[in-house]
Amino acid sequence: MTGRVAGDGLCPVSIDVYAVARSAVASMRPNLVTRPTGRAVRAAIEERLADSRPALVSLLDLRGIRILDFSCADEVVAKLVLRYLGPDRPGNVFFLFRAVENLHRHAVEEVLRRHRLAAACDVGDRRFELLGDVEQAERDAWTTLERCGCIDPGAGAGLDREEARVLQRLADRRLAYVGEGGEFWALSVATKLVQGGGR
Amino acid sequence: MRVLELPPSLGYRDVEVLYRAVAAGEPLLFDARRVVWVHPTGMVALLAAGKVARDRSGVASKLTLPVGPKGQQVTSYLGAAGFFRAASEVFDSPFPWTPRRTRRPTDTLLEVTPIATNSDVHKAVDEVQAQAEVVLTERLRYDSPALAWFSMILSEVCQNIVEHAEAPGWVAAQAYKRMPGLPRAAVVIAVSDLGRGFQASLAERHASRFADRWDDAIALDAAFLQGMTRHPDTGRGQGIKQIRRLVGGWNGLFSIRSGTARIADAPEWGRTPPMEERLTPFPGAHVNIVIPDRTEP
Repeated sequence: MTGRVAGDGLCPVSIDVYAVARSAVASMRPNLVTRPTGRAVRAAIEERLADSRPALVSLLDLRGIRILDFSCADEVVAKLVLRYLGPDRPGNVFFLFRAVENLHRHAVEEVLRRHRLAAACDVGDRRFELLGDVEQAERDAWTTLERCGCIDPGAGAGLDREEARVLQRLADRRLAYVGEGGEFWALSVATKLVQGGGR
Repeated sequence: MRVLELPPSLGYRDVEVLYRAVAAGEPLLFDARRVVWVHPTGMVALLAAGKVARDRSGVASKLTLPVGPKGQQVTSYLGAAGFFRAASEVFDSPFPWTPRRTRRPTDTLLEVTPIATNSDVHKAVDEVQAQAEVVLTERLRYDSPALAWFSMILSEVCQNIVEHAEAPGWVAAQAYKRMPGLPRAAVVIAVSDLGRGFQASLAERHASRFADRWDDAIALDAAFLQGMTRHPDTGRGQGIKQIRRLVGGWNGLFSIRSGTARIADAPEWGRTPPMEERLTPFPGAHVNIVIPDRTEP
């Protein structure tokens, strides 16, 4: 499901990972286990993102998934984020993960750390946290951006050089989106359109 | 055909007798008449030993069943645990016919299940969940997410067979109210394969840095403690590390025997050394996991 454009051109799309898994591996079971299953699910997600617009924030919804083992999490979470991180990425896609609660949090966090990646994850009650390999300064800046929704350094945001540098680092890590005017957007702003029916 | 009299208890500490017996490469009669207690590790080790004896001698080994009132209970348990279905593929012996159950006995979390492909891993994970939830939460007093972590452990150890052994294996899981050496409720997961073992699996990528020190113990240490795998991919090597973290956090025991060595993370009650070397050579890898209840010993 795609929503309205938010955050200066950032389009949201919600992907039900359970539904993708059912079609990709023809299984009705809510268990994402084994590396080949993870690869198949990742390929199916990439296929859905292939016709992505200039900038897309993809909310990967893990609701419905009962077991997520480390091998599968490595393929579905870490390798997916990794694939869209570098300059040779197949599309301008940002990722958020939903329902990374107690059951899946550890696996998601570990596989991200292993690859020195990070991702914003809805850990319940629509509350996003940054999981993975993150420095404290990045976490602080991301938390501020998450609270504000948008920070525009050119509009008197009062950022010092270091704060601006950290925000840019978040953008480089695909944890924030930079609008055409140079303003930084929290990725979760876009997801509110998907989650809240366009509020 | 040489007769090997099995000890009364066939737990994970007792299985070395099986590995030693098959070293000579003779056809064997595994005499289980005195057996009064068998652990999932004992069941999968018996299957592994029977298959190795058959492969080495060219003649299928035989297995006699436990006798006496306690022996009949063991035989009944072996049937309910799916042992005879797997054993009929390995031994040249008649076994009691046991119907594939529609409702499993309370304590067998996973029947003896052959693992050869990824779909077998999915099947094992699916199978274990209905029964494990009740046992883990009600008897062992774990919270609900523990079921997911238990299933993850099962998935990761089974995937090791498919990904690294390049040979089939078996998995079984059982819950106990108490067991020898551990007077507490516990769950046991046992996995055996007859593949190439850790030393051969890791050799191509890692042996050179260890030069002539490279052996089974070093290979187990590299995989178990340092997370080394045969794959260059950064994301690999998570399984064993995470199993150690989870099982250790539950004060459980996790051991892997491969080749001539066994490495273990063992709490005090486990009375298992961290590394045993110069054991009888035996193919494959053999995993034993014991998760006790949440009460203090």
